Amino acid sequence: MSDLIKKVDQAWLQPSERFIKRRAMRAAFMKAILFGCASLSVLVTLGILYVLLSESWAFFREISILEFLTDTQWTPLFEDAHFGILPLLSATLTVTGVALSFALPAGLILAIYLSEFASNSIRETVKPFLELLEGVPTVVYGYFALLFVTPLLQQLMPNLAGFNLLAPGLVIGIMILPYTTSVSEDAMRAVPNQLREGAYALGFNRMQTAVRVVVPAALSGITAAFVLGMSRAIGETMVVAIAGGQNPNLTFNPTEGAAAIPAYIVQVSMGDLPHDSMGYKTIFAAGLTLFLITLAFNIIGQLLKRRFREVY
Amino acid sequence: MNPTLTHPHEHKHEANGSEPRNFADETYEAAMKAATAVRAEVQDLSFYYGDMQALKGINLKLKDRCVTALIGASGCGKSTLLRCFNRMHDLYPGSRYEGSIVLQPDGKNLVHPKTDPLWVRLNVGMVFQKPNPFPKSIYENVASGLKIRGITQKGLLDHQVEKALKNAALWEEVKERLHKPALSLSGGQQQRLCIARALAVEPSILLLDEPTSALDPIATARIEELIRSLEGVMTVLMVTHNMQQARRISDFTAYMHMGELVEFGATEPLFTAPNEQQTADYIQGRFG
Ligand SMILES: Nc1ncnc2c1ncn2[C@@H]1O[C@H](COP(=O)(O)OP(=O)(O)O)[C@@H](O)[C@H]1O
Ligand SMILES: [Mg+2]
Repeated sequence: MSDLIKKVDQAWLQPSERFIKRRAMRAAFMKAILFGCASLSVLVTLGILYVLLSESWAFFREISILEFLTDTQWTPLFEDAHFGILPLLSATLTVTGVALSFALPAGLILAIYLSEFASNSIRETVKPFLELLEGVPTVVYGYFALLFVTPLLQQLMPNLAGFNLLAPGLVIGIMILPYTTSVSEDAMRAVPNQLREGAYALGFNRMQTAVRVVVPAALSGITAAFVLGMSRAIGETMVVAIAGGQNPNLTFNPTEGAAAIPAYIVQVSMGDLPHDSMGYKTIFAAGLTLFLITLAFNIIGQLLKRRFREVY
Repeated sequence: MNPTLTHPHEHKHEANGSEPRNFADETYEAAMKAATAVRAEVQDLSFYYGDMQALKGINLKLKDRCVTALIGASGCGKSTLLRCFNRMHDLYPGSRYEGSIVLQPDGKNLVHPKTDPLWVRLNVGMVFQKPNPFPKSIYENVASGLKIRGITQKGLLDHQVEKALKNAALWEEVKERLHKPALSLSGGQQQRLCIARALAVEPSILLLDEPTSALDPIATARIEELIRSLEGVMTVLMVTHNMQQARRISDFTAYMHMGELVEFGATEPLFTAPNEQQTADYIQGRFG
């Protein structure tokens, strides 16, 4: 009888050839599908890059890169056309700077609070509100900047223009706040507890533990959060298009209005542009510039991240 | 080393003598008399994780500038007892202390609800099972405890850092690269760095929770040597699951079982002629 049991057991335990083969085939099939999905995303990116580059190529055949980068006027649709990206660039960088100078400290403080100080129940109450902020359509943010934040700021600064870069900057800061907060908070919560215990054991209080140990340990994640937040701010379209003004203006003064790169793209593409016109091509040259800035920030972010990881 | 302090280790050779003697009481008395100063006294200490009682009426005296080892099976409450000494449990909700740990000569009860845990941790240092250096430079790691205590004077910091690293037997290996990241060190070096970090602030008591359990034998030997060198310098309470280690480096040993202290005394007699059957069983590897 025990022999019988043994035989049955073995039959159960030894998988058949067919079973093993089928399993291998299924794995190969899944792998192919996943590879297909991954390649698709790469292909789409390459396709976008191709369109950007080829259309910009057409643009740069007529306008030299030097002129594009040094001319201080951007008037592509005027009789006296100028194609200097600087005014659009200055507005983009100013808005991004304002957004970051709000989102960076606020996001870090919020993340420190949520990760190191808040009780579980507070954390569970605050996080959904942050996610709610993320779900608001950007058009709403745009009108919020134009119709609420600007008038509010005008009470404090009577000289503030109706279209300005300060309000959209702050509102974009609010917009990316949930993202930067939650990514930094995740990074901080991933710091092993034994590191915190080590700090407390030396006599650190909560604040000292958070600021001197947890934040440095989570720095790579926090940096990533802010670099990615910055990429979002740079490319953010609707808010600057609505509240920043449409007028190319070489300025780094956030109280003035100026068209940022995304705002220009929206403005021009809303019109009815012939496919081969210069105006049409400027969209791609401006888009390529935006793409390269974002790319540069992402590369810087990756380098920083690697550096911090080495340190940690 | 304090010349009046006679360590039980010095009786080791006698213990190995062939003539059977009841030296247990003798050595214990001698050691107790020699190390008269008590650094901390645990009195009827009980500890609860929520409803779970993890320590049951512990009584124990830590002799000044001696190494006391805590041994016992896994889960018997060694770490729990150790972490009462620096109020580590306060970091987590639901913990409760009963009884007292009186720090001498201050007479302050470390686990009293009115005693500030931050004050306790400024006086009692701790080294953990796994090395946990901060993601900073070697120098910054050792100096961090001093800076927290408001010491900013560069000369003083340099002096204390060097002294601590020397006491932790790490100075020679790192003196050329003090400003390199601590995480570039090997595991054994990291653990010695953590010991240096704790020593730099000259605590009244140094707690060690299985400090060598994550290390290879060579690194372990170095740390054991280092702990032995602290005898006569610092009051050390160390958890170890390795009985040979306890025997090699401690002056006193406490054997715990299921949250209770079964036996406590000078190390050598406790190992060679324990008073309790339970202790004898554990030491001989027979678990009841
Ligand atoms: N945070 C905790 N919450 C609840 N029970 C715990 C906690 N930590 C330890 N214990 C329990 O307390 C007892 C003693 O644990 P511990 O002191 O870690 O033992 P040892 O260090 O001797 O191995 C064990 O039964 C363990 O399961
Ligand atoms: Mg333990």
